[in-house]
Amino acid sequence: MSTLFADEPSTRPTAAPGPDTRILGIETSCDETAAAVVAGGTRVLSSVVSSQVDLHARFGGVVPEIASRAHVELLTPVVAEALVEAGIDGDGVDAVAATVGPGLVGSLLVGVSAAKALALVWDVPFVAVNHLEAHLYAAFLEEPDLELPLVVLLVSGGHTMLIAMEDHGRYRLLGQTLDDAAGEAFDKVARYLGLGYPGGPAIDRLGATGDATAIDFPRGMLDAGLDFSFSGLKTAVINHVRKHPDSDTADVAASFQEAVVDVLVAKARRAAAEVGAKGLCLGGGVAANSRLRERFLDVCEEDGLRGFLPSRSLCTDNAAMVAAAGWWRLGSDGPSPLDAGADPNLRLG
Amino acid sequence: MLILGIESATAQVGCAIGGHEGVLASFHAARGRRHAEVLAPGIEFVRRQARIELHEISVVAVDIGPGLFTGLRVGVATAKAMAHALRVPMIGVSSLDLLAFAVRYTHRLIVPVIDARRGELFYAFYRQVPGGVQRLGHYQLGKPGDLASELVATGEECLVLGDGALRYAEQFDDMARVEFGEPVNAYPLATSLVALAHAQALREEWVNSWELEPLYLRKADAEINWQSRAGA
Ligand SMILES: [Zn+2]
Repeated sequence: MSTLFADEPSTRPTAAPGPDTRILGIETSCDETAAAVVAGGTRVLSSVVSSQVDLHARFGGVVPEIASRAHVELLTPVVAEALVEAGIDGDGVDAVAATVGPGLVGSLLVGVSAAKALALVWDVPFVAVNHLEAHLYAAFLEEPDLELPLVVLLVSGGHTMLIAMEDHGRYRLLGQTLDDAAGEAFDKVARYLGLGYPGGPAIDRLGATGDATAIDFPRGMLDAGLDFSFSGLKTAVINHVRKHPDSDTADVAASFQEAVVDVLVAKARRAAAEVGAKGLCLGGGVAANSRLRERFLDVCEEDGLRGFLPSRSLCTDNAAMVAAAGWWRLGSDGPSPLDAGADPNLRLG
Repeated sequence: MLILGIESATAQVGCAIGGHEGVLASFHAARGRRHAEVLAPGIEFVRRQARIELHEISVVAVDIGPGLFTGLRVGVATAKAMAHALRVPMIGVSSLDLLAFAVRYTHRLIVPVIDARRGELFYAFYRQVPGGVQRLGHYQLGKPGDLASELVATGEECLVLGDGALRYAEQFDDMARVEFGEPVNAYPLATSLVALAHAQALREEWVNSWELEPLYLRKADAEINWQSRAGA
């Protein structure tokens, strides 16, 4: 597919992907090494995720160099497992899709390099996938005929954004965080409270036992547009604990979580109203938070919106969503060139 | 037996295909374009110039470092995926071995030196032996001053080469017994890799794709800081 050799005809198939087109997806943008096989953009034949969370736990966050080293070690076995689980070998793969950004550049390059190598050997197209777009396609894996336009609230350790999906491949960024990502706020507060890493699940668990109305933490920018800000909230939590060292940690966790969820949910429903969306969809690692899931569905019901919550394994980083997005991209743009690189700051649209 | 060699441990990226007839085709680029962008088209280029199909490859060889981490991983990830998909074994060769092998006809001690950035160097000592070179000690990571002391301590005539030697040339150039390699020998070559790997492949000295590991020689910073904090 390289443009360097236009004189030699390619033997690779150029037909549009169909319902049986099987795509191997590869995801290495952060600290999950993942591979999956998806048929027709929606049928997940296998999805393997190897989390490195234990490798990074003692550092209290993802260490890029350690993540890159682990991807090199884990990727080939993870790909092998995905193929075995799907019951196919290389001959059964019709295209290889990989996340090319945004993410940690060293980590991205491992997945991109491996994906191109596999595409070369199997003589099939390579498809470059935007990680944010992949998160949007997670919803289609469980609900193939989701109606558009949709508003997607994408919340993770790396991103917090509201996106209008007007059509396949047509997106509008409605709002995003101006400082910390929501997941980052969870991690920082959890670390401050001594709850360990990753912070999201720890606060979720402890918060369930606390009183969410105990402390009235600030709701940053609640009434101002569709952008987010969480650094003030984080500071407020730290100041509160300093002033009241004997306050109940479960109450602090629950009240903090409630403040985050309030803002996320309020802005998501406002965005849906502004866009005239038919549905509201949640994605990203923070979408695994129990309180957010609960409040999200309540709001959708109140507003008469179709609410869509992908299962937890599809919210966090995985390769099935990459394969799904790759299927759509292959249909709209065709194969990506073999000299495509990784772009750590890739944007949507 | 055809070998695909992949090399991306320094500022240069390259690949070559060869076997008992020598090198059939090769490609190298060192103009700062990103390795990941150049390597896959480069492999496709050498495959076509060698007039073979990839499934005719029976061993994938790769430079395992030491070198620049991000570039190194592009080559290793590519090579592992290729070997896995082709279901063939791999041979890993050190970047320092490759540099030394390319200048094996000298009677001097051969000292390949690769820029490790942050004021440090990767290096090792070699001596010519029939058919190749033999490494005389460990692969090392040290400051230019450490290497200068070691060069003096050998008491022998040395040939110092590689991008690290050129970058810190002023640290060694007043030494009477030191000669510098040419800029043309500054980077490991995929052609040397194919030649060295061919000899190893004949002896069936290979590994499976999941066993091959890069030779980093330096821990991740966070790990270094963690250990110094923990007093380890
Ligand atoms: Zn993500």
